[in-house]
Amino acid sequence: MTYIVKPKNHHPDLEKNELGLTRRDYEGSISSLCAGCGHDSISAAILEACFELNISAHNVAKLSGIGCSSKAPAYFLNQSHGFNSVHGRMPSVATGANLANHEMLYLGISGDGDTASIGIGQFVHAARRQLNVVYVVENNGTYGLTKGQFSATNDLESKSKYGEDNLFPSIDLAAMAIQLGASFVARSFSGDKEQLVPLLKAAMKHKGFSFLDIISPCVTFNNHGTSTKSYDYIREHNESVSKPDFVPLGKEITTSYEEGQSVQVPLHDGSLISLEKLSKDFDPSNKASSLAKINKAEEEGKVLTGLLYINTESKDLKETLNVVDKPLNQLSEKDLCPGAEKLQAINKDLC
Amino acid sequence: MSNIKSTNEFVIKFANVNGSGSASANQMFAKGVFRSGVPVSPKNIFPSNIQGLPTWFEVRVSEKGYLGRREGVDIVVAMNPQSYNQDLMELNSGGYLLYDSSWKRDFKRTDINVIEIPLTKLCVEEFSNPKQRLLFKNIVYVGALSYLLNMDKEIYEILIKEQFKGKEKLIDPNVKALNLGYDYARENLKEICEIKIETSDKTKGMILTSGNDASGLGCVYGGATVCAWYPITPSTSLAEAFTDYSEKLRVEEETNKNKYAIIQAEDELAAVGMAIGANWNGARGFTATSGPGISLMSEFIGLAYFAEVPLVLFDIQRGGPSTGMPTRTQQSDVLSCAYASHGDTKHVLLIPSDPKECFEFAAEAFDLADRIQTPVIVLSDLDLGMNDWTCPEFKWDDTKLFDKGKVLHGKDLEEIENFGRYLDVDGDGIPYRTYPGAHPEKGAYFTRGTSHDEYAKYTEDGVVNARNLSRLLKKYQTASELVPNPIFKQETNTSSIGVIYYGSTEASMQEALDLLHEEGVILDAMRLRAFPFNLEVWEFIEDHDLLFIVEQNRDGQMRTLIMAEGGIIPDKLVSVLCFDGQPITADFISNKISSHLTGSPSKTAVGGK
Repeated sequence: MTYIVKPKNHHPDLEKNELGLTRRDYEGSISSLCAGCGHDSISAAILEACFELNISAHNVAKLSGIGCSSKAPAYFLNQSHGFNSVHGRMPSVATGANLANHEMLYLGISGDGDTASIGIGQFVHAARRQLNVVYVVENNGTYGLTKGQFSATNDLESKSKYGEDNLFPSIDLAAMAIQLGASFVARSFSGDKEQLVPLLKAAMKHKGFSFLDIISPCVTFNNHGTSTKSYDYIREHNESVSKPDFVPLGKEITTSYEEGQSVQVPLHDGSLISLEKLSKDFDPSNKASSLAKINKAEEEGKVLTGLLYINTESKDLKETLNVVDKPLNQLSEKDLCPGAEKLQAINKDLC
Repeated sequence: MSNIKSTNEFVIKFANVNGSGSASANQMFAKGVFRSGVPVSPKNIFPSNIQGLPTWFEVRVSEKGYLGRREGVDIVVAMNPQSYNQDLMELNSGGYLLYDSSWKRDFKRTDINVIEIPLTKLCVEEFSNPKQRLLFKNIVYVGALSYLLNMDKEIYEILIKEQFKGKEKLIDPNVKALNLGYDYARENLKEICEIKIETSDKTKGMILTSGNDASGLGCVYGGATVCAWYPITPSTSLAEAFTDYSEKLRVEEETNKNKYAIIQAEDELAAVGMAIGANWNGARGFTATSGPGISLMSEFIGLAYFAEVPLVLFDIQRGGPSTGMPTRTQQSDVLSCAYASHGDTKHVLLIPSDPKECFEFAAEAFDLADRIQTPVIVLSDLDLGMNDWTCPEFKWDDTKLFDKGKVLHGKDLEEIENFGRYLDVDGDGIPYRTYPGAHPEKGAYFTRGTSHDEYAKYTEDGVVNARNLSRLLKKYQTASELVPNPIFKQETNTSSIGVIYYGSTEASMQEALDLLHEEGVILDAMRLRAFPFNLEVWEFIEDHDLLFIVEQNRDGQMRTLIMAEGGIIPDKLVSVLCFDGQPITADFISNKISSHLTGSPSKTAVGGK
């Protein structure tokens, strides 16, 4: 834990976005995570995505559960409200918050312990309800804060730092999310900013449950030679299904791919996620082919990354519940309280 | 044998088979009595079962307004051979047993009147549809009762028409069944029953409704927009009432969209989490549950307490511990609610005693939660929640605005130099909060369950944390001044002995006091309506040498709470405890108190009978 307060002054020539803000304006407090922690790279990628998308930080809510990952929201977007809830329960808090005001951007930051074990029930139901949230799992296969116990996403063949065998198979949260009806599912690696930032940007623009399983090595407890969530292992076994580029509304597609090699998926506001296809037999809008591809990669000992599945047609929770467009937290007595006259009629019905 | 003779004061009990369609007929009977101007209190005594097990519906009729449960039955409508013996035993001497005499039976009691109606035969002769043959037996006995009790049959014809509005095809056969029973009784059972209903005006200005329906409506009036819940008896009907009333009262005309969001959550933990998320973001969210749900929600309740997020919960108490008696009543979550969650936590409790208070406290709970920035738990119970009660009609003041508490909006933040989420600016322990998105540069903070300083920053400095915990205690003191006052039966205290009670016990208390009065025992009475206790509560306790505390639990939980919070010596507080799952009776209360005062052995055992 550092006690140093970050200085606010910065170089006058720093690049500014359309809101006139620099990257510094999107920063958070100084991280207290271990030096080299993958989670800090993810925080940096979130910062970059928000900067590039010209997002006003105060219109973002950062929500998390408990664990190293769940501390991360303190380390980006200082001008956003944050909510560090209880272990594994971030999805329910995000659900209530979203129903109260659907106009904000909700970033749910969780970890593999928080999501794949204690919080798996809430994760499952938030996904099937299409809660409009960017749900990030900072996946390091271990319980860091409690000193290196296995988590449920740790691979069977992976050993602990102390040489213990993991006795149970891992849960693939991305495959699960697709199965559950999440409408945006991606996997990435904290060390691959080029892939991660466009994926985060697209997830932020996507309406519905946007799930990102981000392998994020734990330098202290799970970065050793026999770990399958180490920097080295992921770099060696990473197989990308596509190389994504995010194109905001009104901008030309600057990254051009060879014809037949690129897929462009329009998001709700008209912006595009453009994917350079690295594999012929892959269609990110087809559940079955996505799942087949994930399973095949697993059999081959590879970690499949990129945009794994997307469906831009599905309704989000607010639409399914047919909630009014004005945020519920802005409705007044006049909108909500039926008044004395109506109550008198109700009294009549009860006698 | 002398027959029971009574007008407008009696208990009638319907013994049915669960799932046989008797509930709506029995409810209709009770409503007919209410419409005759005589107060009623129907109580559904049902099993945790869908079909087949015995179920009872007990209706106390009392022009005097004694609406608590009373032991002993004057009329039993015995429709369930499985429970004939038990039903026969409960019948008072001189009482009446009405049964389906299609199969004749000899009841082994000579001190009662047996009323024979061949219900099945009548229905088989009249109706060809097998389902109708079964269901209409219930309407036939309602028709027969309306004759036997000398009631106006037209009241039931109108009730049938109201009930089947929109399904007009069902009106005629139901009216036919009603007449079938009425005519049979008129022709065959003249002057057999000496219990009568006489039209009165005692239900003028009154309504007949359940606490859960009233609470659901109160949530609509209180401005709740997010309801997250998980099904559990006996709270489910509260969420359902909120849904029904919202569908009627809260749909935007132009767009046909809902000014509310209701989610049946995956479990109680998620339900309370959603309610917390909604309140954190400035909407009014709530959840409804029962004891097991409170246990499950406790971690989150502690977070809302410590992070100071408003939250409204309804705990409709049932028989515990554990899964306990899910369909029976108790007041046994007092301590688990008052101190829910680990660490030093205390919560605001509101304790309504009839549906009117359920309505009012539901609406008020949201104001209090926002004002105090803390969980507010409305403690009801199965008896109050699920049974229909005769109570004064609902009232609403249109000039009343929601109290959203201390919230700083964008322009407030512009003017503020030093915003600290947990700064005690006003000295009442209640800090100022901001909603997410309030201002581009000011007012953002990190809500957390970890120890934090006045600026919501994480701290491991024990002194800072202790300072925060002390402020929470000050806030709690402020809360005691904001919650509803106790209600006293007397204008000024006249006795050195007092009785303290709360919640649904109210229904039996006046009758108990009257019974004691007949014995020459005069007591001052105080009904608690909220926790933390305020000055009026402590003064009442101070002013009396001996206090009875009447509760529907085993351990005297409210007594413990009073002793713990006020440092009151145990000898001064005598428990009167009923915990058999049946609503407490006036006889039980008066017997217990009387035997304590006279030193004679109690006529009733602990826990009911």
